[in-house]
Amino acid sequence: MSDLQLLLAISLVMPLLSALAVLVFSNQENIRDICGPVGGLITFISAIFIASAIMDGKTVSITLWQIAPGIDFSFAVTPLGALFGLVASGLWILASIYTVGYMRGAKEKNQTRFAFYYAVAIHAAMAISYSGNLMMLFIFYEVLTFSTYPLVAHSQTKEARNAGRLYMGILVATSLLLFLPAIFWVWTVSGTLEFTKGGILPADFPPFLVSVMLAMFAFGIGKAALMPIHRWLPAAMVAPTPVSALLHAVAVVKAGVFSVLTITVYIFGIDFLNTTGSAVWLAWLAAFTILASSIIAITKDDLKARLAYSTISQLSYIVLGAALATAAATEGAALHIVMHATAKITLFFCAGAIYVNAHIKKISELDGLGPKLPLIFIAFFLASLSIIGIPPMGGSWSKFLLMAGSVDAGMPLMLAVLAISSLLNVYYLLEPCARAFFKPAIKKVHVENHILTIIPPVVTAMISLSLFFTIDWVRPLTTLMVMP
Amino acid sequence: MLILDNIPALLVAIPLLASAVVSLLPSARIAWGFAFFTTLICLYMAFELVGIISSTQALSYAFGGWEPPWGIVFVLDSANVYLVLLVAFVSVIATLYAYTMLAREIAVEDLPKAYAVWLLAIASLFGLAMTGDAFNLFVFLEISALSSITLIALGAGQDRRALLAAYNYLIIGAIGATFYVIGVGYLYAATGSLNLIDITDRLNELGTNQAAITGLAFMLAGIMVKAGVFPVHIWLPAAYSYAPSAVSSLLAAVATKVAIYYFARLLFGIFIDITQLVDFFLLYILMPVSVLAIFYGTIAAIYQSDFKRLFALSSIAQIGYITFAFSLNSHSGISAGFIHIINHALIKGALFMAVGIFALGIGSRATMSSMQGVGRQMPITFAGFVLAGLALIGVPLTAGFISKLYLFKAIFETGNGFYVALIALSSVLSVLYLWKIFEVMWLKEPVQPLKIDKEPASAYLPVWLMVGVIMIFGVYSGEVISSGIGAANALIGAR
Repeated sequence: MSDLQLLLAISLVMPLLSALAVLVFSNQENIRDICGPVGGLITFISAIFIASAIMDGKTVSITLWQIAPGIDFSFAVTPLGALFGLVASGLWILASIYTVGYMRGAKEKNQTRFAFYYAVAIHAAMAISYSGNLMMLFIFYEVLTFSTYPLVAHSQTKEARNAGRLYMGILVATSLLLFLPAIFWVWTVSGTLEFTKGGILPADFPPFLVSVMLAMFAFGIGKAALMPIHRWLPAAMVAPTPVSALLHAVAVVKAGVFSVLTITVYIFGIDFLNTTGSAVWLAWLAAFTILASSIIAITKDDLKARLAYSTISQLSYIVLGAALATAAATEGAALHIVMHATAKITLFFCAGAIYVNAHIKKISELDGLGPKLPLIFIAFFLASLSIIGIPPMGGSWSKFLLMAGSVDAGMPLMLAVLAISSLLNVYYLLEPCARAFFKPAIKKVHVENHILTIIPPVVTAMISLSLFFTIDWVRPLTTLMVMP
Repeated sequence: MLILDNIPALLVAIPLLASAVVSLLPSARIAWGFAFFTTLICLYMAFELVGIISSTQALSYAFGGWEPPWGIVFVLDSANVYLVLLVAFVSVIATLYAYTMLAREIAVEDLPKAYAVWLLAIASLFGLAMTGDAFNLFVFLEISALSSITLIALGAGQDRRALLAAYNYLIIGAIGATFYVIGVGYLYAATGSLNLIDITDRLNELGTNQAAITGLAFMLAGIMVKAGVFPVHIWLPAAYSYAPSAVSSLLAAVATKVAIYYFARLLFGIFIDITQLVDFFLLYILMPVSVLAIFYGTIAAIYQSDFKRLFALSSIAQIGYITFAFSLNSHSGISAGFIHIINHALIKGALFMAVGIFALGIGSRATMSSMQGVGRQMPITFAGFVLAGLALIGVPLTAGFISKLYLFKAIFETGNGFYVALIALSSVLSVLYLWKIFEVMWLKEPVQPLKIDKEPASAYLPVWLMVGVIMIFGVYSGEVISSGIGAANALIGAR
């Protein structure tokens, strides 16, 4: 086993070890709660090494055995996977620190169970990033669904259970009804499921069937929250905020769009999609989702619900990038995974911090809260700017590339969609900050200061800011992804 | 060597003779030991047969030196040798399981006789799997039916409805057998032969012959009853649910599978050239009936609260998958059917065994209301049960997934999106009943203490042996896949 294989194994096994450690130390709270951050750090360092090896043009893969002809139980890192692995593991460190502050601050029950499934979910996300083929991706996609169910239904109230049932129902049903059959279909026509640059479908595959297959993937991957398969995401917001932050802003939903993007790049091949025009309908559906969910977001007064609809809208940016299927657009989509992840996790961290420290969930009650929680609202403001796409925030890069990509693809109307969406973002994301800083307080609020809930959002906001200047650190990966 | 040369005959003769001996043995424990030893010998011989077939491809064993087409032959090729191995393996495991379970479900003085009938049933399954003679098959069919009925009726000590179930099986099984033997009669009148290979040759010379077609139709109908194909499955749910647990697991695992194998051999190996019948039958009868079976079995299982009955209904759906794969009339369809025969036998066997242990634990029938929280009280059995359940859904890394993979391959090769939608929908529905069980057994609080001190290791060990094989076949699937492809090659030629 080479060094790189060892690193790959570490990054996959570490979250699981961390989950086991959580169980072992369930009675010693402080040791238990340090397992997450430590596991995250080790995983992240491995992920950095793996990403830099990929940038150097090396291949990193482990093949364990053959499940069936053409389907190996194997991990192989694609440039896109390396990028997603970095995001998931890096943000896990901060999220696990934040989790400690939040869970203790909110006095949640069953913290051990929570920490256990949290780590298992990250394991699934890492395995998705580093999957060598579509079947592996599917297996861990399902592991992710099942491991997040106990987190969604965590409070075990009737509401949480119903939300959990909706969550599982939609995600499992779509994956079994459409995603898995589509995988079988690919396997039947190409005899393999290996991720290969330029795609694996036979060249004479009829364009109409490509559209059908793409639809099976796009709707089968419920985690991408494309309308009308988006209802599970707002429902999942009943979970404690650390879940919404890491899983339903980063790991789970990004696993969804990552799958869509991986499939367009490594199964269909962007040139194949582009020449056949089989993905045009998907671009329009994504555009619709972007606008419709932004409009719904405006109507939501609950902060987490608003952020959830904002997430649905932003996920469709990535699906749009995949559907446009040009080099710039897919690069933009890949970068948007990073940019949106850092920004949206900040927003959720802030929402959770506001709840833990001031016990407020509604936007209309935020008036005058800014001076009392200044760091939180500054972080919220910066992250909002990144999502809107204003320099000097990281989000401006991905939006710029997506716009360039829509021109390349000959769909300039998408420029208008992106522009209108930015305007809507301005409206619904800046409102909380504006209320907090510029409106007089309407009622007296007792504010606590749980420091562990305040540091992580500040750090992620800083990362979001610095990504504007350090884009060259991650860009080589996306360039490698689209290089012929 | 004398023994090696006569394995096909010994595989039937040894359990048959052992059965007579067992019935005379004084104590239940000795009787069990003798029966178990017999099944082990059969397993060893089955392995030998697999070795022989993998080097010689096919084997024809003529009884008493009477060469075919005059004498009775046993025919072995890659279509049935793995089935023989499957029957042998499941017999060993089920007999192991019976040690604890049968003793608790029927009277001690009946046990030696029960094991005698048990061996008789196993002998008949071997015979059914190997015979190449249409009438000889009828004989084994009858032995199998009578021994199964006796075994099912033994459940009467637990629940007297077992008697009705056995009686139903007797009547419906007899009708099926009569249909079959009428068919054989017609065919004999048309061709003058009972040897299946000889019949094929003569039918080709004969050309279109109404008597032969009528005969075949009767034979297929008769076999479908035995195989539990919808809508002539009606004996099956009650028979499986009221039989003693060990009997349910043996019958559910292999009894119908052997009939299905013979069904496939008739269709593809013997009568495939009578296209006007076979094509019509596959497309207009077997396919719709299979789809109905899948949806009927699955939906009825969702609404069923008795666990054994639920899994019996699920068996009807699973048999539907197998016959659906056959009805696609393609090489990959036949392969998929044979792969699922093996996988489903193991999965359903494990599930029935686990349900039996749960029922033993609470001291009454396993139902949705009586099983609350039992998963937590019997975690070892429950873990095996969950894995087998996952395999039933077709979760990756279990044997069930390989079945699903090849079934979908066969469907996609037809290019018919409607079939894809139907099968995908049914697989989602099957998640529902398993989820319901999981919710009841694991997420609910236990309501009553167990009637036994702890889970009996001698009962959950066989479950775990089955589950182990299921998991191994999910991970290293090469052998199962090549056995399925080999079966299709043997029946309709390599593609």
